[in-house]
Amino acid sequence: MKRVFPILAVLTAALLSYALYGALVAAPTEQTMGDVQRIFYYHVPSAWTAFILFFINFFASVAYLIWRNTKADIVALVTAEVGVIFCTVVLVTGPIWARPVWGIWWTWDLRLTLTLVLWLIYVSYLVLRRFSSSGQTPLLAAVLAVFGALDVPLVYFSIWFFRTQHPQPVVGGGGSIDPRMLHVLLINWAAFSCFAALVCWSRYRLEVLRREVDETLALEALLEPRSSQSRISQTGSAG
Amino acid sequence: MSTVASLTRATLAKDLRLEWRSKDAINSMLFFSLLVVVIFSFSFDPTAEESRQIAGGLVWVAFLFAAVVALNQTWAREMRNQVLDAYRVSPAPPNALFLAKAAGNFIFVSVLQALMTPLFIVFYNLRALGPTYQLPIVAALGTWALVVNGTFFAAMSLRTRSREIMLPLLLFPISIPAILAMVEATGAILTGEFSAKFWIVLLAAYDVVFTMASLFLFGFVLQAE
Amino acid sequence: MSYLYAAYVATWAIHIAYLGTLLRRYSRLRSEIEELKSRIKD
Repeated sequence: MKRVFPILAVLTAALLSYALYGALVAAPTEQTMGDVQRIFYYHVPSAWTAFILFFINFFASVAYLIWRNTKADIVALVTAEVGVIFCTVVLVTGPIWARPVWGIWWTWDLRLTLTLVLWLIYVSYLVLRRFSSSGQTPLLAAVLAVFGALDVPLVYFSIWFFRTQHPQPVVGGGGSIDPRMLHVLLINWAAFSCFAALVCWSRYRLEVLRREVDETLALEALLEPRSSQSRISQTGSAG
Repeated sequence: MSTVASLTRATLAKDLRLEWRSKDAINSMLFFSLLVVVIFSFSFDPTAEESRQIAGGLVWVAFLFAAVVALNQTWAREMRNQVLDAYRVSPAPPNALFLAKAAGNFIFVSVLQALMTPLFIVFYNLRALGPTYQLPIVAALGTWALVVNGTFFAAMSLRTRSREIMLPLLLFPISIPAILAMVEATGAILTGEFSAKFWIVLLAAYDVVFTMASLFLFGFVLQAE
Repeated sequence: MSYLYAAYVATWAIHIAYLGTLLRRYSRLRSEIEELKSRIKD
């Protein structure tokens, strides 16, 4: 297991570099927006990756609720954390793209707003995990994840209708896409997916180790009084 | 099924009776709501035309603050007297407790709204240009949306550090579609420019989804304490 | 044009910052494990 990781890391780095080259050089320049449009190759794959991670989180949470499987809980935690990271990337690159193109930092664009709401929901998820006492954290977090997942279609429809009543600019350009651009987009998506998978794997191993250490520390605390008591009885008999 | 209904009614009656006798929570919350209305009126002083467009947002943000204050003390009495432990060992269905608490909160927040609304109308010279009969529907659906999730998240926050901030932290993101619907619907009714029908349907859908989710999952949360 | 580079740099800054926190947590765990191991030896 451990030997595979560095190889995969190198391969992913290579894929990311190739994808970067595609985004900055190989892809054709967009007509209306110019080179700034190339942000698209980082903005969209990050959004897709984040949504996939949150999707996995939903299934892991449900699995935990049904089977109380610890592995499912760790998968939920990991995908939530890495998902928030990718979400943050979307929310940062979006305004940076919108500013030169439309002159505004923010717009209630469907993808951007949905990403913001998901970001908020999952940050609250992570805060809950950090602030609740360790016994029932996995259970409460799983319940919250289910609530969040139920919310998503409602968020989608509310934003969609809001935009029909209050027209807003669309970040990311709708309509058909040049096949060469699509090619670069998909390569970047593949690269970031591999990257996300590796990060999740690392975080997973870290969490497993963390919990093992915590358990050991807890066990040690339980055993500690006994060893100090035997020391006391020894000095008593000696003195 | 009848056990749930009768239990809910009994618990709700108990809560209302206790609250009516002590009146400590409702008095402070009334004053808080009044303060919120006044502060908002100082901060946002629009013309009559503008006020109809933004009143929806103003009113519901004010209601949201008042609701959070009310929701935070939902389980306070139960916590003080270990009632939750007793409930957990009893054969009573947890849904009854949840429904009673949510219904109690709904009544509570509705009373606050009923008292805040005339003040808003006065301060902002509000007059609805659209179908006024829709306003109570929006108010009821919107309040239930906040209260059902708020009661649930209040229970989830019980064993967390910083309990009072945890509730709004969990509630607000999930409530975003409902809040958007409430604000837009109210604005549509006041300005008369759009139809509020879609938003009302969305609110109804939101209420159904999250009421069922809360009823289904409350057992887990109660056991988790 | 600078917006384009700002976006790409920001993306990697975020990812590297997160990986940095992972590394820091990992090294802290490592030292905890070393401490536990030395305590077992005693």
